[in-house]
Amino acid sequence: MKGKTWIYGDNVNTDEIIPARYLNTTDLKELSSHCMEDIDSDFVKKAKRGDILVVGENFGCGSSREHAPLSIKFFGISCIIAKSFARIFFRNAINIGLPIFESKEAASEIREGDEVFVDLNLSKIIDLTTDKEYSFTPFPDEMKDIIEAGGLMEYVKSNQFKG
Amino acid sequence: MVMTITEKIIAAHTDLGEVRAGQFVYADVDVCLGNDITAPIAIEQFETLGIAQVLHPDRIVLVPDHFTPNKDIKSARNAKVLRDFAQKHQIKNYFEVGRVGIEHVLLPEQGIVVPGDLVIGADSHTCTYGALGIFSTGVGSTDIAACYATGKVWLKVPETIKFTYTGQLNEWVSGKDLILYTIGKIGVDGARYKAMEFGGPVIESLSMDDRLAMCNMAIEAGAKNGIIAPDHCTEVYVNDKAQRGYKFYSSDADCNYFETHEYDVSALTPQVAIPNLPENVRPVEDLSDIRIDQVVIGSCTNGRISDLRIAAQILKGKKIHPSIRLIVLPGTQEVYLEALREGLIEIFINAEGAVSTPTCGPCLGGHMGVLTEGERALSTTNRNFAGRMGHPKSEIYLCNPAVAAASAITGKISHPGLIT
Repeated sequence: MKGKTWIYGDNVNTDEIIPARYLNTTDLKELSSHCMEDIDSDFVKKAKRGDILVVGENFGCGSSREHAPLSIKFFGISCIIAKSFARIFFRNAINIGLPIFESKEAASEIREGDEVFVDLNLSKIIDLTTDKEYSFTPFPDEMKDIIEAGGLMEYVKSNQFKG
Repeated sequence: MVMTITEKIIAAHTDLGEVRAGQFVYADVDVCLGNDITAPIAIEQFETLGIAQVLHPDRIVLVPDHFTPNKDIKSARNAKVLRDFAQKHQIKNYFEVGRVGIEHVLLPEQGIVVPGDLVIGADSHTCTYGALGIFSTGVGSTDIAACYATGKVWLKVPETIKFTYTGQLNEWVSGKDLILYTIGKIGVDGARYKAMEFGGPVIESLSMDDRLAMCNMAIEAGAKNGIIAPDHCTEVYVNDKAQRGYKFYSSDADCNYFETHEYDVSALTPQVAIPNLPENVRPVEDLSDIRIDQVVIGSCTNGRISDLRIAAQILKGKKIHPSIRLIVLPGTQEVYLEALREGLIEIFINAEGAVSTPTCGPCLGGHMGVLTEGERALSTTNRNFAGRMGHPKSEIYLCNPAVAAASAITGKISHPGLIT
């Protein structure tokens, strides 16, 4: 994962990521055309596929709407680096296979427009613009299994969902 | 091993015997809830699995309450997805318009969720049912789809923060004020990933409607669940409603809490959350010059009969301020009928308020009271994020039903004590 960063602050909520006026559809193309609309109405014009969101505390707080991480994923954002995630957004991202990383240091220091690379093998976030490296909070093994399967539906299909 | 009530209920839904905070488990789900916004995605996901039948049709609940009666063609299509799925899989707990109510008012009222249950819902306010001593948490559509197939959910057992409330509540101070006050103290991520366990003498004397309002807003502090140990009040509430057997759990005396907070709430006055976060809480008397355009009384937080009673008590024989639009939404058809029988609906209409069929509608800017640019609402709902009720440049203040009713009369945010 390598891309240009866009920075947003603390407590970005799901109403801002995808306002309820668009929740009358499940069409991913339509949802992604309104991604981040109420926090930054220019987002879909200026951001590009592969870009990275770098955000503050409690990202994705509010509603359980999976439309929020889905709109970000299908817009083409490659991953989100946050100081912290709200819990339903966190599990939704794991379940739909949207890569997310928690790193207070990285999310504090990375500047908008920096080129950032996430090395999954080394578990490192690397800011190529400033040449700084950051680690991120590792996922528990059970969550890693879901992520590696490509999301919860794939995990269920592969009969790994134990229960 | 000593456990919290949350740990005990999760443990009882695994074959592990005991669980501890931080542990990753797969738990059996008693009730799996979806609505007309979240269930269509769950149904699409489930259908990718190629499984002919859901595992437990009797544990699935489908409540089309957000954009119903259908507000537009796309919403009608989503509602049809639920209707068709319910029919195909013989899901009896599907609630058509005319029978439907706001999910978190409806499920406890109908005895579909009962003490000791483990409940997941693709709606963040699923934490409401904790008021009945249920482990209940909001999840996403894909979690629901997996549960349709497997009957289970993956969970990380949460640590618990214990909140103890002491003292005597003032007149006009309710469960809504207690939870707003608490969120004001700990912040919108103060209980992130945690269980919020509410207790103490004030909670013991609180009505079930007020307890439901408190647990409803646990998510607004970032919590996984809110929970109150069942007691006599719970027994009275559930014994003629429960559709299944139930079990009361409570935390062990020496269990491990992540944090404990004790609040003496004797001096507490009605609380108001100002834009744009539920943590921006002020006593109502500090906000007396805030003019408003719209007042909403209802929602999964405050759409129950006792909420309507207190609003009607204040509005009786009065007219709302000429510049105010008042919208009242009974939470379910049963609440609506009871309000009719008690003459409350007549009071609202005589006061020149609009009364709506049960729907989540205005709370999330869906329909039945969407705001335009620059407008300000005072609402008994649970979230005041910028633009949630409509235009991104509209504002929401959150309060209890008494403050909402009093303010509808004066046209500005007012203490109910000034009216009666």
